[in-house]
Amino acid sequence: MIRVVLPAHLRTLAQVDREVILDVQGPATLGSILDTLETTYPVLRGTIRDHVTLKRRPFIRFFACEQDLSHDSYAIALPPAVVSGAEPFMVVGAMAGG
Amino acid sequence: MSGVRVLVGTRKGAFMIASDGKRERWDVSGPHFGGWEIYHLKGSPADPNRIYASQSSGWFGQIIQKSSDGGKSWEALDNKFVYDGVPGTHQWYDGTPHPWEFKRVWHLEPSLTDPDTVYAGVEDAALFRTTDGGRSWHELPGLRGHGSGSAWQPGAGGLCLHTIVLDPSNKDRMFVAISAAGAFRTGDGGATWQAINRGLRSEGIPDPDAEVGHCVHRIAMHRSRPNVLFMQKHWDVMRTDNAGDSWQEVSGNLPTDFGFAIDVHAHEPETIYVVPITSDSLHYPPDGKLRVFRSRTGGNEWEPLTKGLPQRDCYVNVLRDAMAVDTLDRCGVYFGTTGGQVYCSADGGDNWTSVVRDLPPVLSVEVQTLP
Repeated sequence: MIRVVLPAHLRTLAQVDREVILDVQGPATLGSILDTLETTYPVLRGTIRDHVTLKRRPFIRFFACEQDLSHDSYAIALPPAVVSGAEPFMVVGAMAGG
Repeated sequence: MSGVRVLVGTRKGAFMIASDGKRERWDVSGPHFGGWEIYHLKGSPADPNRIYASQSSGWFGQIIQKSSDGGKSWEALDNKFVYDGVPGTHQWYDGTPHPWEFKRVWHLEPSLTDPDTVYAGVEDAALFRTTDGGRSWHELPGLRGHGSGSAWQPGAGGLCLHTIVLDPSNKDRMFVAISAAGAFRTGDGGATWQAINRGLRSEGIPDPDAEVGHCVHRIAMHRSRPNVLFMQKHWDVMRTDNAGDSWQEVSGNLPTDFGFAIDVHAHEPETIYVVPITSDSLHYPPDGKLRVFRSRTGGNEWEPLTKGLPQRDCYVNVLRDAMAVDTLDRCGVYFGTTGGQVYCSADGGDNWTSVVRDLPPVLSVEVQTLP
């Protein structure tokens, strides 16, 4: 069970509460969390990363356990506290005015 | 009794504003999609309850929304806009080649006859179409494949395809405009395109009479005369009587011929409206006076329309997609400003009232005339 916190606009778009629970199959990596998130909530496709290249959108950040994972490889394993559900994985809209 | 529904896109959401045919009292709903930029929303001429909206954000990209009940509820559609084949390059601001990259949908133009068919004009400039109500979008690559594509260069607002005009007399013919490439026409449903910029003259490009490179801001047509088009260019108001084969300037006695919006009266094909803006670097009306100018002669002879509009200390802009007309017997004219006001004239421009005053900056205004 992996907890994912979404930014407000994406919660509205996906019609979910602040936190969603994902059942990630196989190793819990940055990429597998995002894959599962987009499969569970298809409306989020293209809003967090590019449809084709899968590159993170410039003003999106990934945080967990007080670490910035935004620049990590999608293949990297997530911290054990995220995998256990003790800590959430956070999708964050970067602070950039507006 | 018939009525109108005004669809307003703003920097921070969409608003829907309804009235009966008198257009005196208004019911404002919104913001829909609060916090998102709504570049454009437009209803299907074939089914007024079908409305499409372009919702975008610098953070979260592009969303397309559809309503099938007149805006009471919405459904997010496919938002995958992928260029056909190898995208190639256009020119960047510094003249170097730059890869085509999708940024947002500027304009949605529903088919005149099929609620499930919609054209989307996007940045970087290209034309997409859905024929399944937005479940999938496909590029019409012939436009970018026009031989000039690699020479297109962005205007200050980006390399955007912002105008799509469908010919009501010929389903295979349409016109588009791109900043800063110019106007293009297809006669075969979008397979092939022809640049239609002869007669345009732009001092801001190396060859003022070039085939492409002109910063066309907006094109308007009266549905009864599809060969007659009116254009607000970066500078100059233009018209063509031969579907774009050649253009003539009709700026006439306008106080300035810079501007963005242009539209045609619903019942008088020679009556046109513009909102002159001071200059390309002063995006507000001359002398702080918000004036719509009307020509009843298809251009050249213009009269200012001021009753009900601020005539001092007004420094707003009216963007290219922010003017529309209804088709009631007494044609209503509408426009929105970057100051958040939406104005309506229920008598063809003689008198104006503010429908709403304090919205976020208005990006687009469309109006549906309802039975």
